[in-house]
Amino acid sequence: MSIFKSKTPEAAPAPAQEPALRNSKYKHLPDKDQAMKMYHDMLLIRRFEEKAGQLYGMGLIGGFCHLYIGQEAVVTGFTSAQDKDDTVITTYRDHGQMLAVDMDPRGVMAELTGRSGGYSRGKGGSMHMFSREKNFYGGHGIVGASVALGTGLAFTHKYNNDGKINLCYFGDGASHQGQVYESFNMAALWKLPVLYIIENNGYAMGTSVARHAAGDLYKRGEGYGIPGKVVDGMDVLAVRDAAVEAMEYIRAGNGPMLLEVKTYRYRGHSMSDPAKYRQKEEVEKMREERDPITNFKAFLIENDMVSGEEFDVIEKQIKQTIKETEEFATTSPEPDPSELWTDVLLEA
Amino acid sequence: MPINVLMPALSPTMTEGTLATWKKKEGDTVKAGDVLAEIETDKATMEVEAVDEGILSKILIAEGTENVAVNTPIAIILEEGESADQAAFPTGNEKSVAPPDQKEEPLACSLKAPEPKHSEEPKATRVSVDEEKFYAKGTKTMTVREALREAMSEEMRRDEKIYLMGEEVAEYNGAYKISQGMLDEFGPKRVIDTPITEQGFAGLAVGSAFNGLRPIIEFMTMNFAMQAIDQIINSAAKTLYMSGGQLGCPIVFRGPNGAAARVGAQHSQDFSSWYANIPGLKVLSPWSAADAKGLMKAAIRDPNPVVFLENEVMYGQSFEVPVDEDFVLPIGKAKIEREGKDVTIISYSIMVGKALKAAEALAGQGIDAEVVNLRSIRPLDVETIAASIRKTSRVVSVEECWPVCGIGSEIAAIAMEECFDYLDAPFKRVTQKNVPLPYAANLEKLALPQVEDIIAAVKEVCNR
Repeated sequence: MSIFKSKTPEAAPAPAQEPALRNSKYKHLPDKDQAMKMYHDMLLIRRFEEKAGQLYGMGLIGGFCHLYIGQEAVVTGFTSAQDKDDTVITTYRDHGQMLAVDMDPRGVMAELTGRSGGYSRGKGGSMHMFSREKNFYGGHGIVGASVALGTGLAFTHKYNNDGKINLCYFGDGASHQGQVYESFNMAALWKLPVLYIIENNGYAMGTSVARHAAGDLYKRGEGYGIPGKVVDGMDVLAVRDAAVEAMEYIRAGNGPMLLEVKTYRYRGHSMSDPAKYRQKEEVEKMREERDPITNFKAFLIENDMVSGEEFDVIEKQIKQTIKETEEFATTSPEPDPSELWTDVLLEA
Repeated sequence: MPINVLMPALSPTMTEGTLATWKKKEGDTVKAGDVLAEIETDKATMEVEAVDEGILSKILIAEGTENVAVNTPIAIILEEGESADQAAFPTGNEKSVAPPDQKEEPLACSLKAPEPKHSEEPKATRVSVDEEKFYAKGTKTMTVREALREAMSEEMRRDEKIYLMGEEVAEYNGAYKISQGMLDEFGPKRVIDTPITEQGFAGLAVGSAFNGLRPIIEFMTMNFAMQAIDQIINSAAKTLYMSGGQLGCPIVFRGPNGAAARVGAQHSQDFSSWYANIPGLKVLSPWSAADAKGLMKAAIRDPNPVVFLENEVMYGQSFEVPVDEDFVLPIGKAKIEREGKDVTIISYSIMVGKALKAAEALAGQGIDAEVVNLRSIRPLDVETIAASIRKTSRVVSVEECWPVCGIGSEIAAIAMEECFDYLDAPFKRVTQKNVPLPYAANLEKLALPQVEDIIAAVKEVCNR
C-alpha cells in the first residue's frame, strides 16, 4: 500500500530535552521536534475533519460521520507518549486516531468517500478502518465492543511477552456497557497491559454526562483495583504528562490503568445531529477559552519553542496535504463491482 | 421398611455409570450424609451419600461393575430390627427390586429412568471415498468427547498460538470434561479459566485473534453464547470485510448446542440457523466421533471464525475414528451415511443417528432411504444435497431447530432452485415443534423430533 506512506515526520519519541520554560507546570515536555509534530497532528486533524464535514455536506460522504473537532489534544497527547509498536483501538469517532498514528490522510478520506483508494477499499466507511502497518485495529461501530477487543489486543501482548501495550479509547457513553466491566475484571485479574482511555466529551450522543452517568467515570475501575485519574483533555501537554506516567505504570507490569480525559466536541454527535441539546454559548465559550490548538500554539510561542515562521511552514504543509487529500478522495474510483464478493472469508 | 439405594443420575444426560468403590461394607451402620460408594461416569467421579439411616444389609452391585443403569438398585438399607428377608418385597414396584442373584446383570430401569441411549446409537459404518485414505492405518474406538479433546490437543501441540479459553475449561477440566487433562499438558497460559462473562471473553478472544493468536473459545453451552453473539457476528465475522481484507479472525467458538435432557427452555436450543445466516462465519456440526475429530481439526486450522456446534447427548457416544494424525475433514462437504434410492433424509448432529434408525425401520417396510449427514451447515454442500435429491426425487429434512427459517427451510429452497424438475413429492420438514422446549419428560419428547416423526414424514413423501 505505497500510497499510505506517511508524509508527516516520524512519531518516534525522542528523549525530551527539558528546555528552561517560563512557569511550566508540565513534567514531560516534548522537545522541539515532538512539539512541532504534535501541533502538526492536531491541526491536521482539525483541517481534515472540517474538510470531511464539507464533503459530507456536498453528498460525497454518506452514512454516519462522527467528527473529532475539539478533541484533538486527547489523541495527540497519547500518541506522543506511546511507542509506535503499541496497538490502538477506538470506537466509531476514529478519524483523529488514524491521523495521529500517521495513517495516510488520503486513504482515510477516500474511505469516507467510499472509494477503492480507501483503507478498506471502500467497504468499511467512516467507522471501520484499520491499518496493520500502523497497529491501528479500528474503528468499531458497536458501543462498548471495542473495549473487549482492545483487552484482547493487550492479552496478545502479554501472551507474546512483547512489551507492548494497547491504547483502548472509548467514550463516556460506552463506559456504562456491561462488557466494559467484564473486560476491566479480566484485565485486572490477568494484569493485561492496557490503557483504558475514556474520552469524556460531555455527551453520549444527545444525553449529557449529568443525565447518563452516576458517579465519576475515572473511579469506575476502582472495584477491580484499576487506578484511575482525571485528565484535562483540552490541554495536550497535560494529556501527554498523564499518558507518559500511565504507560510507565502499565509497562512495569502493573496491569491496566484508566484515564478519564475531559474533552469537548464542537460538532454534533454525527453529521446528522443538530446538537440542540446544548446552548450555542456553551460551544462558543469552549472554543474561545479552551481550544487545544490555539492554546498549544500560544504556549509554544510564549516559551520560544517554535517561531511564527515555523508555524507558517506547518500550516502551509497541512493546507497542501488537505488539498491532495480531497483531490485523491474525490477522484479515486469507486470499488470495482467484483469487490462485493472479496474479503468475506480467507482462503483456508 | 427396607430401602433400596438406587444408582443415581449425576447429570441430565447420564444413563449409566461404573460403581467404582463401596465405602461401606455389609453390616455397617449408616446415617444420612454418609458416603456409601463412589461412582464414575465418563465425565466425573461422584460420591453417593445415604439419605436414610439404618444398616447396610446387602450390596447388590459389586464394586468395579460397569454400565450400571441409572435407577438400578445397588444396595439395601434396613432399619434396626428389620430382617433382610423383607427386602424381597419392599417397594411395590417389582422392577426396582434387585434380587441379589441377578446382580451381574443390570436390571431394567424403573419407569422414571431415561431411555438408555448408549446402546441405541447407530454406528457410522460407511466410509466415503475421499476419506478412505485416512482409514488405511486403522481406527480406534473413542467417544465424541475424546475425539474433540484429541483434535484440540494435537493442534495445540502443533501451534503455540492456539489457546483454549472458557468457563471451567482448566482446573475443573471442563464442565462436560472435553478439556480433561489439557491444563496439565499445556499449562495455565494456554488453557484459561474465565469469569462468567461471555461477552467479555469472547470479545477479548476476537481481539487477540486480530492480533495473531488462534483462540478456541468454549461456551459452556451455546445458549450462553447469546450473551456474546454481538462479538461473534459484528466483530469476528464482519471485520475481514470491513477492513478490506486486512484483519482476519482465526477463532473457533465451540460448545454443546441443542437440547440435552430435561434442562428446560433456556438451556435447550439449536442455534444452527442463527449462525448459518451470517456471511463471514463457517458453521460446523458433527454427529460421530470421526466427524468431531476431523471437523475440529479443520476448524482450528481454518483462518476464519468457525462456530462449532456440538451436542451434549453425543459426548459419551463411541465411534470408530481413524488413528492417522493427518485425518482432517474438509469444511463444506456433507457425507452420505447411508445410501438409498427411494428418499433422501438430510440431517446433522444428533439427528443423523435418529435418521439412520428411521432408515433401518423403513428398510423393513420396503423403503430404501438415503441419509445425508451435513457436517457443515455453512457453507452447505449444495452439490451433495442436490445430487441426492435428484437421485431419489423425495426429500425430508430433520433438525432440532424450530421450523421457521430453519436449516430445513434452506434445504427446501435448494430443492426448489436446484432440483425442481426432479421432485416427485412436496418437501417435508421434521423440526422441533414451534414452542420453547418444555421440561416435563413427555412434553419434551413430543417437542423434539423422534424416529417415529421421521418415519411418518418419509412415508408421507413416499405416498405410503
